[in-house]
Amino acid sequence: MIEISDTVASLKPSGIREFFDLVMGMDDVISLGVGEPDFATPWHIREAAIQSIEDGFTNYTSNKGMTELRNALSEHLDSEHNLNYDPEDEILITTGVSEGMDIAMRALLNPGDEVIIPTPCYVSYLPTAKMAGGKVKILNTAKNDFKIDHNQLEELISPRTKLLVLNYPSNPTGVTYGKQELDKIAELVRKHELIVISDEIYGHLTYNHEHYPFPTLESMREQTIFLNGYSKSCAMTGMRIAYAAAPPKIIAAMNKIHQYTMLCAPTTSQFAAVEATRHGADAIKEMKGEYERRRNLVHNRLNEMGLDCPLPEGAFYAFPSVKKTGFEPEDFCRKLLAEHSVAAVPGDAFGPGGETHIRISYATGFQKLREALSRMEEFVNEHSAHTAGSTG
Amino acid sequence: MDKLLELLEENGRLPVKELAAALEMSEEEIREKIQDYEKNGVIKGYRAVINRRNLPEPPDSVTGLIEVDIAPQPDTGFDEIAREIYDHPEVKACYLCSGDYDLLVRIEAENLNEIAEFVSRELAPLKNVHKTESHFMLKTYKEAGVNFEAPSQDRRLSISP
Ligand SMILES: Cc1ncc(COP(=O)(O)O)c(C=O)c1O
Repeated sequence: MIEISDTVASLKPSGIREFFDLVMGMDDVISLGVGEPDFATPWHIREAAIQSIEDGFTNYTSNKGMTELRNALSEHLDSEHNLNYDPEDEILITTGVSEGMDIAMRALLNPGDEVIIPTPCYVSYLPTAKMAGGKVKILNTAKNDFKIDHNQLEELISPRTKLLVLNYPSNPTGVTYGKQELDKIAELVRKHELIVISDEIYGHLTYNHEHYPFPTLESMREQTIFLNGYSKSCAMTGMRIAYAAAPPKIIAAMNKIHQYTMLCAPTTSQFAAVEATRHGADAIKEMKGEYERRRNLVHNRLNEMGLDCPLPEGAFYAFPSVKKTGFEPEDFCRKLLAEHSVAAVPGDAFGPGGETHIRISYATGFQKLREALSRMEEFVNEHSAHTAGSTG
Repeated sequence: MDKLLELLEENGRLPVKELAAALEMSEEEIREKIQDYEKNGVIKGYRAVINRRNLPEPPDSVTGLIEVDIAPQPDTGFDEIAREIYDHPEVKACYLCSGDYDLLVRIEAENLNEIAEFVSRELAPLKNVHKTESHFMLKTYKEAGVNFEAPSQDRRLSISP
């Protein structure tokens, strides 16, 4: 008999998987459930990858990643955010932020160490923390408009708290933070000597908000593992390429795991990343402009159809409440899919706090998005008739 | 280019309300801007993009692309001759081009004969036209930015985290 490890056996299957299976069998679905850009990787970046293959660069790189890429990143972080990371021992090229998150947790956690994870959150955080032996402390942000409440955070901190995981702009809520809000969080991090893993993969995608990387806050550079990557900003999800920047001791520990589990990040993708780092700014700006227009449209239409939704500040997600429809998010999504062929993801797939919400991804062309929103509006109208009595 | 124009170029029938939402402007501002564009000749019209092949009974129609080689005139260059050509209602588009020929003219007609007659009666005899070369369109894959074939496939997983 095959027996799976207790840790893995205890992991809950992803709530997203189930919807994926449902959608797979259907035609003519407009999916607002996609967590990746609808743009193709900018051509000059693809070309750099192709060129590297033509030139025969298909071997391993050093564990840490190509020097050229680490240099490019170091310069980029300096010029963009005035952040100084030594390319030699403070930057590690990873196979996606997914890997960065995993090895950061494994490098730091001893069994029973507590990890504070604000929810709703990206689906990997809770299982990754558990697999790394951490004890997860959930910080449910639902009552505070999906932002971390400073007091609530302080209450959760115990002598065993080691890590705080941050993700802004957030998947799934689209929420991000201003400087003052971050300073308040940093104050607690300093006071309680925590380490922050800051997943800022959507950092380039903020709308009318400046993005402040966590290590730019006072003294936070020494207590932060900064994770960022190319998947979202440069539409490079399939290239599996990202990086971690942190003090040397942490990078060395992460690299110890990385060298055995990954050896190095994909070489072709590292070449693409050099090009993206050095010359990606214009393409990023253009995609961001497109997302912003869609965000405005989605926000406007959702509220108009009665699904309360604050203006998303970043990433490409809206997180409206479906409470007024009287449906649980899961039923809402199932019915919407069955009756109008529009797919969205129930909010509870992202952990505690999402029980009355759904996630809408607007990484979909403007015209398609309009069609999907019209279908949603029809759906909401059809079903509001029978709940009208209770909602007035 | 103005984002408003980009959106309208993609879909001329976008409701003012949605344009206003997407561009974070008031409906009044959008209306005014559109009116200005119309008045100043920036927006030249709104048309349907028709794929005739999808009609239940596709009408007989032929599209010709005619390359026209011209001797430019001392004062008016190509403009006068071009006008003589594009004033014909059969001419749906007319461009001055660099390269081996000067004008590219698109003609729509019911059959090949009509196009042949147009070329031989109206185009070729013009005083300054040296030479014409006609091409007939066999299939339209894309028109005015609209894909007439099956849409390209979205390669992404339909649901992802
Ligand atoms: C918040 C967040 N972190 C990490 C990832 C995974 O990123 P990568 O492709 O770099 O592994 C995603 C992808 O959806 C995400 O939304």
